[in-house]
Amino acid sequence: MELILSAGIGTLTASGVYLLLRPRTYQVIIGLSLLSFAVNLFIFGMGRLRVNAPPILEPGGVGDLARYTDPVPQALVLTAIVIGFAMTALFLVVLLASRGFTGTDHVDGREQRGD
Amino acid sequence: MTDWLHHLLILPILLPLAVAAVLIPINERDRTLKGAIGFASTLVVFILSMILMRLAATGTGSLPGSGVYQLGNWPAPFGIVLVLDRLSALMLCLTSGLALAAQAYSMARWHTAGHHFHSLFQLLVAGLNGAFLTGDLFNLFVFFEMMLAASYGLLLHGSGPLRVKAGLHYIAVNLAASALFLIGVSLIYGAAGTLNMADLATKLAALEPRSRTLVEMGSAILGVAFLVKAGMWPLSFWLPTAYAAATPPVAGVFAVLTKVGIYVIIRLHLLVFGTAAGASSGFGQDWLVTGGMLTIAFGGIGVLASQAMGRLAGYSVLVSSGTLLAAVGLGHDGMLAGALFYLVSSTLTIGAFFLLIELVERGRDAGADVLAVTMEAYGDFDEDEEEEEVGVAIPGTMAVLGLCFCLCALLLAGLPPLSGFIAKFALISGLFDMPAAELATAMSAADWTYVTLLILSGLAAMIAMNRIGIRTFWASIEGTIPRVVVIEITPVVVLLGACIFLSLQAGPAMRYMQATADDLLAPLTHSERVLSAPRAGSQ
Repeated sequence: MELILSAGIGTLTASGVYLLLRPRTYQVIIGLSLLSFAVNLFIFGMGRLRVNAPPILEPGGVGDLARYTDPVPQALVLTAIVIGFAMTALFLVVLLASRGFTGTDHVDGREQRGD
Repeated sequence: MTDWLHHLLILPILLPLAVAAVLIPINERDRTLKGAIGFASTLVVFILSMILMRLAATGTGSLPGSGVYQLGNWPAPFGIVLVLDRLSALMLCLTSGLALAAQAYSMARWHTAGHHFHSLFQLLVAGLNGAFLTGDLFNLFVFFEMMLAASYGLLLHGSGPLRVKAGLHYIAVNLAASALFLIGVSLIYGAAGTLNMADLATKLAALEPRSRTLVEMGSAILGVAFLVKAGMWPLSFWLPTAYAAATPPVAGVFAVLTKVGIYVIIRLHLLVFGTAAGASSGFGQDWLVTGGMLTIAFGGIGVLASQAMGRLAGYSVLVSSGTLLAAVGLGHDGMLAGALFYLVSSTLTIGAFFLLIELVERGRDAGADVLAVTMEAYGDFDEDEEEEEVGVAIPGTMAVLGLCFCLCALLLAGLPPLSGFIAKFALISGLFDMPAAELATAMSAADWTYVTLLILSGLAAMIAMNRIGIRTFWASIEGTIPRVVVIEITPVVVLLGACIFLSLQAGPAMRYMQATADDLLAPLTHSERVLSAPRAGSQ
């Protein structure tokens, strides 16, 4: 499971960084989204991987640490998802505004030869 | 009854947040009303931060809850805490003062350039205040994002292709930096098991080497995110363009945005990697020194090369950031107070300069600056014409603007008698603060380079300001006089007046900075105060 998760984070990050460096605004926004997925998985992974362990106490159950997973990273990841989503939406608006003003989807607002 | 005094600590965050929400449904046509409410809110925040600074200055021990506000009444490190100390109180004051000036300025005409200006402005103030007050790393991220989200909106205020393009780059860079921020924070949590800064400082020394390496890695990644914000070379290429494209009141308040990065670096560096950190003590100092000095050099060259005043101001921001980063990195305890003084002085100056630029340039053609520099390179063509103009009286508006410009130039270059000089003098004297016999051996090459760069950057600022000043005020090509409203020039005068006040009251100000520096250099005292703060209602 660790291998799959780390490979997943790695692939997402690599694709995200590659797309982030591309000249089209749409590629940049997809790159940023992939990057934020990778980061969210990474935060989740920092709470250590446990299967069948809930992050909250069961009603009436005792607080036995061996049966529960760390709730903090899960709370963090929720916050990060929400904020990341909001920022992506905002970036999308700016992207459209830029497209409207310049008539091109190049990040510099003008086409360059060789692209 | 000191209960209400206890809740004073969270008001600088809650009040602007609530006011921002209240302002949204008010019709955009009632701009004056919106502006008045927003201004009143910022004024209250300013007064609150003055009170908090007075409280912090008398010693945090006497404060209710010793200056620690436990959200939800959970003690640290289990709950999130807000921590008041001299540094955070100082930053609160600086932010709200600058915000007050920028907001007054915007009410003359700039707030009409788009929607929800005052709401966004209040959100920015709330985010900034939160970032300065919080004692928790993840909470810092939340406030950071709040501040950034508001700053995206404010940068785009006024719209237009130039701002949208600069905004696109600014947002992309900051989103990538936020991703790094999260990676850093989660890595630190994974390795140290805590997100409370004070708790982290006490735990770091006891960690096993493997975990400590992970914490160091996390902090390095976290540091990159703040350095992007602070504008350290080579992470700073977005900054001059974005700041020059922003509307003047926004650019004015953005002057404090880079200082958030610096603040967090000062805070984390001295708290977590201070003397108590064992083997990790002083982690990353070399990077700060090298990066800081390169930033000064890059900023200095940029200042010289700038043809437009907006870009000149943007590069001045970089010089100021570089000076502070390198000062923190050099790690001389004596320099810290000077660095804090420099932080306040340079932020006020650059803020005032951003506000002033638009007033000066109002009457000029867009290409005038480029033309002026080109003319300098190829020689003057109109020497004969200028002979006749001798004796023409300088109009009143130009005289006031010119005087403000002169003060800005003196402050930016760090010439006596103003606070810019006192700040640089305090930095350098802090560096040389040792017995004369040891001076030759104890000063490293980095120290000497720093002093040289500090002085050269002042020279660069002087040259650039002189050139632009002469072209604008003495040899103006068109000779049109800008129309300036009192409400626009007053904030500039007030900000510069604050710098003059800082020069006159340099003694008490430096004593405050020294006390702040002493606090920062005793990280364990700080940690203990935060961790052992009593819960409200428990006594």
